[in-house]
Amino acid sequence: MASNTNFEKYKSDGSLQGKALEWFDARFPATSMWRGHLSEYYAPKNFNFWYFFGSLAMLVLVIQIVTGIFLVMHYKPDASLNASGIPIAFASVEYIMRDVPWGWLVRYMHSTGASAFFVVVYLHMFRGIIYGSYRQPRELIWVFGTLLFLCLMAEAFMGYLLPWGQMSFWGAQVIVNLFSAIPLVGEPLSIWIRGDFVVGDATLNRFFSFHVIAVPLVLLGLVAAHILALHEVGSNNPDGVEIKKRKDAQGIPLDGIPFHPYYSVKDIVGVVVFLMVFSIIVFFAPEGGGYFLEYNNFIPADPLKTPLHIAPVWYFTPYYSLLRAMVWPLFGIDAKFWGVVAMGGGVVILAFLPWLDRSPVKSIRYRGPIFKTLLTIFVISFFILGFLGTKAPSYAFFGIIPGAPVAQLLSLYYFLFFLTMPWWSKIDKYKPEPDRVTM
Amino acid sequence: MKRLLTALLVAPAIALASGAAVHLDKAPDVQSNNAALQSGARTFVNYCMNCHGLSYVRYNRLTQLGLTEQQIKENLLFTADKVGEPMRIAARPGEQKAWFGAAPPDLSLVARSRASEDGSGADWLYTYLRSFYRDDKRPTGWNNLMFENVGMPHVLWQLQGIQVLDADHHLELATPGTQTPAEFDKTIANLVGFMVWAAEPEAGFRKQLGFGVLAYLLVLFGFAYKMKKNYWKDIK
Repeated sequence: MASNTNFEKYKSDGSLQGKALEWFDARFPATSMWRGHLSEYYAPKNFNFWYFFGSLAMLVLVIQIVTGIFLVMHYKPDASLNASGIPIAFASVEYIMRDVPWGWLVRYMHSTGASAFFVVVYLHMFRGIIYGSYRQPRELIWVFGTLLFLCLMAEAFMGYLLPWGQMSFWGAQVIVNLFSAIPLVGEPLSIWIRGDFVVGDATLNRFFSFHVIAVPLVLLGLVAAHILALHEVGSNNPDGVEIKKRKDAQGIPLDGIPFHPYYSVKDIVGVVVFLMVFSIIVFFAPEGGGYFLEYNNFIPADPLKTPLHIAPVWYFTPYYSLLRAMVWPLFGIDAKFWGVVAMGGGVVILAFLPWLDRSPVKSIRYRGPIFKTLLTIFVISFFILGFLGTKAPSYAFFGIIPGAPVAQLLSLYYFLFFLTMPWWSKIDKYKPEPDRVTM
Repeated sequence: MKRLLTALLVAPAIALASGAAVHLDKAPDVQSNNAALQSGARTFVNYCMNCHGLSYVRYNRLTQLGLTEQQIKENLLFTADKVGEPMRIAARPGEQKAWFGAAPPDLSLVARSRASEDGSGADWLYTYLRSFYRDDKRPTGWNNLMFENVGMPHVLWQLQGIQVLDADHHLELATPGTQTPAEFDKTIANLVGFMVWAAEPEAGFRKQLGFGVLAYLLVLFGFAYKMKKNYWKDIK
């Protein structure tokens, strides 16, 4: 539908403006792109609340890019000390916060935007899971999405080093050190990543380069691929039925409505509501209770002072729990290595979802009790893993239930949920799908 | 679906049910009281700034607290020549390290970095600065109930007097200082208030602006919602 050839070229009405447009459109697929992706891209009419988060992720991406551009104008990736004995990178962030006009707003939008990005992306992914949006024929959209998630994690991780606070430094130190656990190549690999024996100026500069150039380029490319693939096959919907199966005489899906203006005006409402929540955090609680900006990160990086407790930012903590859950040196290889495998595997396994799910229906609306129960447990355990990831391994619930074995049990569940899916998704009960979408 | 949502709401509540051990006294909020913040600035410059810098704050930023540049020059500007310079200390970090073993940290952000699950950074500072006691085993002669074996001596002891630990490990005022306990608490509240201000001088404006932005978004929501309703009225 989105192909360039399906739409007629713009014909001039004889006016100067019309002629210019005709000239342009003959040389560039302006009309066909506008029609194929917006005014004649037919989306199911029954999108609900969960369908706001895709466009919101795009909005947050734009916020991050625009605020990022302005931050780079004043930020200095330099680990050397200034006249007051403070690292220049750290001081430049405070300079932005205090001396650059509106710098505090730009910085808070960027730091809050990082957390907001993960909030909307997690909700966007959850939407995909409950309505089976990853199922045939949308497998590739989902795979691109998983790669986007991976890129986003890399982008956030490297961005977090830049303020050069204690958590920036020690978080990067801990994560890069993990690579040293890989047999044979680990040690030289981690030195190669850091460019030094410890996280230092070389690390800061290369992370800066990756954060502002390399990863955003990949991210933008993947977003384009994600959307092109979506517009090729068309959007799923809360009923999980294909609207393209029922078309009118003109070949337009009966349950489809043009993305523009219907969903553009609807998404504006979503954008305004999102901006309200976003503004409440930016203007009234930019630290997010220590979850969005960690308190320890207001102390400049000090390679000689290891903080008592090193915790990643909240959006990494479920995966950090998977990492810490591996405490056994299997096959004579350091447990740390298996932790890395678990953390990486936890993300990569998402990409296989389209082939793990064997259910005959897509949407949770028509799926059976096994799916609903296991998914509920999955979501709760993901939250608890996330919570435990912010705590020291010695943490105990109510002071009596030790957190570490709970995290191990829930990590096991995380993987079993996916690995046993081919079996339980097949034996589950199902309700018949409707022919048409329901509002 | 509904059960899932309920479970989602309950999970964090279970997870958050964890106890905090340290008790912090609540620091009074003096952010809207310029006289209090000015008095805090005076205490900071007279007592703290011999060792601790406030290097992210420029002297002329204090005009935000209702002081004129003339007042700042005459009363507070001891370590710099120009009013646009940062509130640095006279000593260099290397020298301090040689004298004390460790350079006293810059305090520009301490009110933010000391925040924790136990309370705000202000609460921590307010409690800490009132918890010094006499301890002859320490090289400085002072120890602190909040910060065991702290390196800093009790710089404000002449104001507070001398506290000692009683048999139950509680603080007790053995020798009164020049201020009554209530007056000293107020001195510390003002000092902490000043440090909170210094940690983020734009915080007051940030919140004011926040109300304006939210009001604007609320109006925008009205229009956006009406527009959506209008476009969608014939979608069944």
